[in-house]
Amino acid sequence: MPTDEMWINMGPQHPFNHGLWNLRVKLKGETITQAEPIIGYLHRGWEKMVENRNYTQIVPLADRLCYGSSLSWNHLYCLTAEKLFGVEAPDRAKYIRVVALELQRITSHLLWLMAIGTDLGSYTIMTWTIRERELFLDLLCKLSGARMTYNYCRIGGVRNDIPENFGRDVEAALVEFEKRLRDLESLMDENEPYLMRTVGIGKMDGPTAMNLGLTGPIMRASGVEMDLRRQDPYEVYEDMDFEVCTHTDGDVYARYRVRMDEMRESVKIVRQALAEMPAGPIRVKVPRCPPKGNAVCRVEDPRGESLMYMVSDGSEKPYRLKVRSPNFVNLSAAPPMLIGFKISDVPAIMGVLDMCIGETDR
Amino acid sequence: MSQVIVYDTPDRSVEDVAKDIKSKFPAVEVLKAAPKRLHIQVPREISFEVCKFMKDGLSFEHCSCVTTVDYMDHFTVVFHLSSYTNHILSEVLVDIPRDDPTIDSITPLWGGADWHEREAYDLMGVIFKGHPDLRRIMMPEEFKFHPLRKDFVVGRRV
Repeated sequence: MPTDEMWINMGPQHPFNHGLWNLRVKLKGETITQAEPIIGYLHRGWEKMVENRNYTQIVPLADRLCYGSSLSWNHLYCLTAEKLFGVEAPDRAKYIRVVALELQRITSHLLWLMAIGTDLGSYTIMTWTIRERELFLDLLCKLSGARMTYNYCRIGGVRNDIPENFGRDVEAALVEFEKRLRDLESLMDENEPYLMRTVGIGKMDGPTAMNLGLTGPIMRASGVEMDLRRQDPYEVYEDMDFEVCTHTDGDVYARYRVRMDEMRESVKIVRQALAEMPAGPIRVKVPRCPPKGNAVCRVEDPRGESLMYMVSDGSEKPYRLKVRSPNFVNLSAAPPMLIGFKISDVPAIMGVLDMCIGETDR
Repeated sequence: MSQVIVYDTPDRSVEDVAKDIKSKFPAVEVLKAAPKRLHIQVPREISFEVCKFMKDGLSFEHCSCVTTVDYMDHFTVVFHLSSYTNHILSEVLVDIPRDDPTIDSITPLWGGADWHEREAYDLMGVIFKGHPDLRRIMMPEEFKFHPLRKDFVVGRRV
């Protein structure tokens, strides 16, 4: 039966879009022929705001860029500022940061798994993942004193040393987590409806993904072995022994597999960093005002490549601070993934991007 | 299905890449060539040709970021281009006058620059010529200002 094409608004309030954004799709029958993500509902003017704050005041603000992985933004800000000030964190602080960052990566991936579990209709995935996430939130709470916005990194180091018996607690949590990760995987890999909704959906090949600016797990799932922890190492990732997880299918299922494998690699990195952690100071003093100049720094966020570009005019406030959010670009590349698939595939394709509007809109 | 594309060892050094750009475009000024970093200053007229050469000839596969900075007397557009093959993050600085803030868009080269350029247009008012869909992205359509400009008057405390 011939039908007219029509535009449908999925959002700004819709069960599948975690956060406040809108996806307009044009449908021919049930097939998507055009798509247009619309953002900006949560634009807070972060980049303008920080031009009126001094460097110390921005540290907790950087946390608020993303509620799912606040520590990685906090760390990126401190790392960029360190480049601008011309200081370097002590060795012990670098190892502590790596431990904290990888714990953060696991919690972020578990939060994503929770979201996609509910999107695809399995509430067991949600409840189990949230339970596993508590293990790591407790650890980060012991480390920094907060469960969500940690405010832990400082320009020139970290706020406090690791608490007593932290290594023992982390090891206990990791052993438990590895066991439960196998349970979680069996919940999805042996689940026929889950496979039907993910395998072969939202396909994208490697060269297209690179050109569209996709980064992180999404690009690695398209068969591009690219991880900034390996290619452009920061902190002490150079000395860590880990695999860069890739998959060649480039569909939703591949992206899910890459994230699951990454959690295992993170567990490996946490163990190594804790075992090799040297003694020593955790923080160096930095001056109030940096010299005139600019600095750029990029790190591998749980969602992809995040970059900060900072310009200083020699005063106590940054002249310009630009944030490159991985999700912002990943979302702009969504239409080529969606076109040709059915409207019922939208939650799977968009859910696997791990949307976080805090960092997309800034 | 297909093979994994691996970028384990860099093909060419930063100095090599800098020399190639310099010999093809003598007007380009190399500001810094450190390991994994290459900062160049490019005149506005040839910015697109330089970017095209970097993409096609020097395998810069990825456009990381497009930033605009308002220096009061001029704008600077900063393209962060990264080469996966050569493990380089390159910073391409282009100065444009404040009374004629236009520059060639690099979206035809890298699709990833699309929304960055829209954001730069929205918040800084820089016009990217050749962009397929240059609309506001963060602010509402009817908003009349470009809030990241330094002369945009903000409230008592932002």
